Amino acid sequence: MSTGLNPTRSVLSNGAVITARQTRKTPAVAINIALPAGAIVDPPDAAGASFLLSRVLDRGTTSRSGHEIAEALENRGVSLSLSVTRQLFSLTCTCLSEDFEDVFALLAEMIRHPSIPEGELATRRGQALTSLLQDAEDPAVRSVEGLMKALYGAAHPYGRPIKGTAASLEALSRERLMALHAERFAPHLLSAVVVGDVEPARVEACASAVLGDWQHGSAPSVVLTEAARPEARRVLTVPMLNKAQAEIAYGFPSIARSDRSYFAFMLMNNVLGQYALGGRLGDRIRERQGMAYSVWSSFDASTIPGPFMVRAGVDAGNVERTIAAIDDELHLLRRTGVTGREMAESRQYISGSMPRTLETNAGIAGFLQNAEFFGLGLDYDQRLPTLLMMVTIDDVNAAAAALDPAHATVVVAGPYQP
Amino acid sequence: MLENGLKVLLLEEHTAPLVSVWCWYKVGSRDELPGLTGVSHWVEHMNFKGTTNIPRHEVKGIIEQFGGAWNGYTWLDQTTYLETASRDALDRMLFIEAERMGRCLYDPADCESERTVIISELKGGENDPDSLLDQELVATAFKAHPYRHPTIGWLSDLETMTRDDLYGYYRRYYAPDNATLVIVGDIDPGETMVRVREHFGGFAPGGPLTRRRTQEPRQTGERRLVIRKEGTTAYFRAAFHAPAVADAMFVPALLLDAVLTGAKGANLWTAFRVPPPQRSARLYKAVVERGLASSLHGAMLPTAEPFLYTLNATATQGTPLAALEDAVLRALDLVVDQGVTDEELARAKRQLHAQMVFDADSVTNVAHQLGFFETIGGVELFLDLPRRIAATSIAEVNQAAALLFTPSNRTIGYFEPLPVGSAGPAADAREVRR
Repeated sequence: MSTGLNPTRSVLSNGAVITARQTRKTPAVAINIALPAGAIVDPPDAAGASFLLSRVLDRGTTSRSGHEIAEALENRGVSLSLSVTRQLFSLTCTCLSEDFEDVFALLAEMIRHPSIPEGELATRRGQALTSLLQDAEDPAVRSVEGLMKALYGAAHPYGRPIKGTAASLEALSRERLMALHAERFAPHLLSAVVVGDVEPARVEACASAVLGDWQHGSAPSVVLTEAARPEARRVLTVPMLNKAQAEIAYGFPSIARSDRSYFAFMLMNNVLGQYALGGRLGDRIRERQGMAYSVWSSFDASTIPGPFMVRAGVDAGNVERTIAAIDDELHLLRRTGVTGREMAESRQYISGSMPRTLETNAGIAGFLQNAEFFGLGLDYDQRLPTLLMMVTIDDVNAAAAALDPAHATVVVAGPYQP
Repeated sequence: MLENGLKVLLLEEHTAPLVSVWCWYKVGSRDELPGLTGVSHWVEHMNFKGTTNIPRHEVKGIIEQFGGAWNGYTWLDQTTYLETASRDALDRMLFIEAERMGRCLYDPADCESERTVIISELKGGENDPDSLLDQELVATAFKAHPYRHPTIGWLSDLETMTRDDLYGYYRRYYAPDNATLVIVGDIDPGETMVRVREHFGGFAPGGPLTRRRTQEPRQTGERRLVIRKEGTTAYFRAAFHAPAVADAMFVPALLLDAVLTGAKGANLWTAFRVPPPQRSARLYKAVVERGLASSLHGAMLPTAEPFLYTLNATATQGTPLAALEDAVLRALDLVVDQGVTDEELARAKRQLHAQMVFDADSVTNVAHQLGFFETIGGVELFLDLPRRIAATSIAEVNQAAALLFTPSNRTIGYFEPLPVGSAGPAADAREVRR
């Protein structure tokens, strides 16, 4: 890009980070607030705590009922999303520019002063339990959760289900959720990104007014261990004989975001399972073999090495053929590497897709929040093409070496009986 | 419009160095005959598989080279293809769409390979009991109109359709006078039209097409269906015959849906990506806040001919579907008896206004809306939507409720889960071999 995002970043005296970027396409503003309070902060005996907290955080504060909050947001056409990943607890929404201050103040109030009424907790818990039941009959969810558990172990924050279990959700009391909130929601951990038709000075003034007097002690750090590289190949099944199609999750532990080979992994992943409808895997399994509607690879490089995963949904009769095709593609990639043309194409695609990624307010906000979390700098959007250019074909081939089918973990969920 | 009948809609938008090109065809699942259900969607798949001037192996990456994304979809009234990429890819995008309009190959081996891909797509959908219930509900609500069959088609048709069926359908419907080309973004309109003429001007018109004329007879009584299959969760759906987009009652019905389940706007491409603001909506309060359902959705979608207003809810564990149905129908009866309030209508209008502002945040979305409405009745219907929303009275919304929510206009569907066998979802992952 010829000109970068050039966002404005300020740090309040209590440590809260406020990032703003003005755009003028529509009279709207995207707000993305995140804290490192995702599922990794769940107490060991309370999987799903952060998830359940996200279900109730907007259902009452010390000065407003859940109904009043809903009215305040929805009379302005705002739909607030609260989401939890392994790492982050996020609040995201889009509002009209004229409503920015009111909406931001309301989000700050929820973050600082939730009340978690018992009645709301009971209702939200019921919804969460139903959601668990739905996940239990979804082969895609079961295959991925099975893979995460196999790679990281049932006790590891990456191996536990983000939504917890029926037993853990049932056991979570209001007091435990309040305690989790008190421990993990702190201004120095908060990052707010605001993108849209609002001046950065207005954003900073609003954030100072509603977050500036928030004081909080330090939060205990979360120590995550890395998964051991599996010594041998494992194939596991989750029999779901009432389903029409099987889901395959095939993976390895990969790398952390801070790893020097991050961009090599990014390019390797793009060649293998992303570029133009699923990369080499899509070309073979979908286009040439006609076995799957969707097949792709992805990796989650985070504070620790997250999973590298190949996913496919196939007829039960094609499960073994599909796994063999994934094996073959990985062997081929490790043996002969990527081609110069593939490197150039993927590099060009990732760099060239930046204007699309950064077209919408929500897209920019998500990008800047990610940059803040990993400390990538305010000019990351401008540096990315150069960072990709510096990767050599040897770097990419070295990244591929980590994907040895002999050490793969494969989980098949669905109507498949080996 | 070009001399051959191709309609072209251009819109300059210079906030990003991007262009979105959509080519729309007025052909969808409603145009399919028995035995050929799913043909529109399969043709869409085949139109990504190489053309006279784009060899199969060059399809891959043809737009990705410009950092672009491409896609397509088939629905009731239309089939569409899009590329969004940097502005220097405009000519490439026009070239691709021109090739797609007239020079796709339909290699027999590719047709066979795609058969199993589409059957995989169908089976992937069947893994979701709520999707299965939706498919069956629509098929029950309609007995004559072709809206009744699923866009993906029935399995037996997918298993038996031939390459000639596909190619014949392609040749019949893919002509400039049955298409609309929409280009939105960082363009010079005059220069763009020159390029459009170069790429598309040579196609001969296909001639007049008569779309199927069957109208759905008025429903004469409530219809019900119950699916009993292994599963963990119970689902409820209700469908009501509803007005088409050009009908005066469409916007009142859209506002009625916003009152009942929260506003989603009128964009099929984005409507379901973010949950609507619905916590203060009537039906949400009646079933989700009361703990009867874990989720509730309403859909009043713009269509060329009268389709359905649908409500779907996921029952919370232990809630009988009859109790959920009772709560939904009571809430609907209340709307019919007492009408919506001024406050509810004002909120619904504000939500729809905000949603339409939010929807205009990308060239892709803007281009979609122009083309989508053009295929279901005319782009002016989209441009006029804000005025129609603002002008709708409370009496019209109440009239829409009275029109929709009569017992003889509804179809009720249940998905009742049967206990899963011992080898089913309750089982944990187990190792089968090393």
